[in-house]
Amino acid sequence: MSPALLLPLPLVLPFIIAVFAFLFRKGPEGRWISVIGSAISLIAGVALLIHVLQNGPVATQMGNWAAPFGITLVADTLSAVMVVITGITGLAVAIYAVSEIQPEQEELGYHALFQTLLAGVTGAFLTGDLFNLYVWFEVMLIASFGLLVLGGTKVQMDAGIKYVTLNLISTILFLSGIGLLYGTTGTLNMADLHYTVQDADPGLLTVIATMFLVGFGVKAAVFPLFFWLPAAYHTPSFAVSAVFAGLLTKVGVYAMMRMFTLVFTQDVAFTHTLLLWIAVATMVTGVLGAAAQTDFRRILSFHIVSQIGYMVLGLALAFQSAFALMGAIFYLVHHIIVKANLFLVAGVANRIAGGNELSKIGGLYKGAPLLGFLFLIPAFSLAGFPPLSGFWAKYVLVKASLDIELWWVAFFALAVGLMTIYSMTKIWGSAFWKPHPDGTLPALSDMPGDDRRALIVPIAGLAVLTIIIGLFPEEFIEVATRAADELLDPTAYLTAVLGDPPTTGSPEVPTE
Amino acid sequence: MELFVPIMVGVMVAAAVYLMLARNVLRFLFGLILISNAANLTIFASGGLTPEAPPLIAYGEAAPPEGVANALPQALVLTAIVIGFGLFAFALVLVYRGYQNLGTLDSDEMRLAEPLEDGKEAAK
Repeated sequence: MSPALLLPLPLVLPFIIAVFAFLFRKGPEGRWISVIGSAISLIAGVALLIHVLQNGPVATQMGNWAAPFGITLVADTLSAVMVVITGITGLAVAIYAVSEIQPEQEELGYHALFQTLLAGVTGAFLTGDLFNLYVWFEVMLIASFGLLVLGGTKVQMDAGIKYVTLNLISTILFLSGIGLLYGTTGTLNMADLHYTVQDADPGLLTVIATMFLVGFGVKAAVFPLFFWLPAAYHTPSFAVSAVFAGLLTKVGVYAMMRMFTLVFTQDVAFTHTLLLWIAVATMVTGVLGAAAQTDFRRILSFHIVSQIGYMVLGLALAFQSAFALMGAIFYLVHHIIVKANLFLVAGVANRIAGGNELSKIGGLYKGAPLLGFLFLIPAFSLAGFPPLSGFWAKYVLVKASLDIELWWVAFFALAVGLMTIYSMTKIWGSAFWKPHPDGTLPALSDMPGDDRRALIVPIAGLAVLTIIIGLFPEEFIEVATRAADELLDPTAYLTAVLGDPPTTGSPEVPTE
Repeated sequence: MELFVPIMVGVMVAAAVYLMLARNVLRFLFGLILISNAANLTIFASGGLTPEAPPLIAYGEAAPPEGVANALPQALVLTAIVIGFGLFAFALVLVYRGYQNLGTLDSDEMRLAEPLEDGKEAAK
């Protein structure tokens, strides 16, 4: 297939599915449309990844307006990998939702919102235009607002207000940054920006870069901008919080990776040192916050924050060590799978043990050993046990920081890993090991067979994926290395978008 | 004009931040409108303010004549206004529903999702 078809397909499909899922929302057809549609989107994503791996970065111009004037869709290895991982998470959560989402929520349009969210996330990964990125952020946000408050309980309203208001501020900062960047350079095409920023005033660019950093930082939930996340992620249904946990913050990290390797490289000593401090502070505060919590999902929410720190760390060290950037990309993929999986496990625990507050549940190991096993895999992976995916992700980042002799960074990365184990054993000890306070024995067979299958299949699938990445890391490392190399030397990306690079200065910009 | 617009943006942002620091969520929302319009004005001004001619392309031509306003920021601002309006409408309904459900607009009293530990009073 040609890139003109391959690139928009993973983006258009979820929208089409959303329409049909909405039309059939009153019956059971809607949820199956969502499941089958997610599978088709995943296939489209895989086709794109295969194409990119064979032919290098591809781009296509929407409406046949040549870059840098039109809207460009572009996929390099990183974008394509992110699209595939979005497809995987989308499919897993769509299957899970078959059992979890109640008909009342379906009737309000749950599946349509869910597919729109996936479309927004995919769009953000594929666009090559900064303003278009803003639009995809908004698509994603408005869908996530809807999903977050669907059900309308008091707790959700409370969480929704905090989530909505803080995310809107970040969007406005991002938008102002776009305005200033356009005023400075006269273009919003990311590839074109790579050239035009070289002629711009570096001081002003650093100011704009900081605005982007704060805007994306709120989205990615880095220190000290993460407060909305643990306030909100434990309130919606489990399917929703799993897809939020897996994908939403990662879009912020992706946007940072893209902008701070392609465009804002004029003052690495300032911006990337700032990123390094943010990364370490994020890791530490996240894990300490988790230690203070006693709710299954709130512990996991704080761990999202903590893990975001590792990814930002890889980005911060990118210009000192390509190995670190590779680690960040590997971490991104590993984290999406593992974290979404843990939230899904929390959902099953809630269903059979009757809650998420650790003091009020228990006995899951005795009653549901399979669930215990399926919890241990992502939990150990999160903490970085070999031979699971998290071990390699952490290993690469720690080795990269040791290679460039940042001993203290390596120390914090390892210490935070240790603290992660502490939180995971806390969940294990209370929810799984100790007997249930009511004296009951929760078991998977308490649920009807159909429900059980719909809940366990995605959890088991994601767990198998974690093990595969852990046991055969070479292939994945190879792809991540390639993605990192493309970020650090964007020649292929630039050529795909703009054609042959201009020999002198900036390409023609529209006259004002 | 060139100087007047940035000053106006500055005043709007200052007023918006003042409003957003309030505990009352409704005031926060008003601040949000102001700051989002300040962002829109920033984009508008960053395209360069040309008081001459509208960016119209004559029939059969591929490009407008010299000296017309830059149409791109206007298109961007239009998009941003529409999106901002949609989001604001949602936020307003959300806050209203929140007020109905929680019975308060004071953000300090919104502690349902993050309850205080036992034995501690909310800071007044």
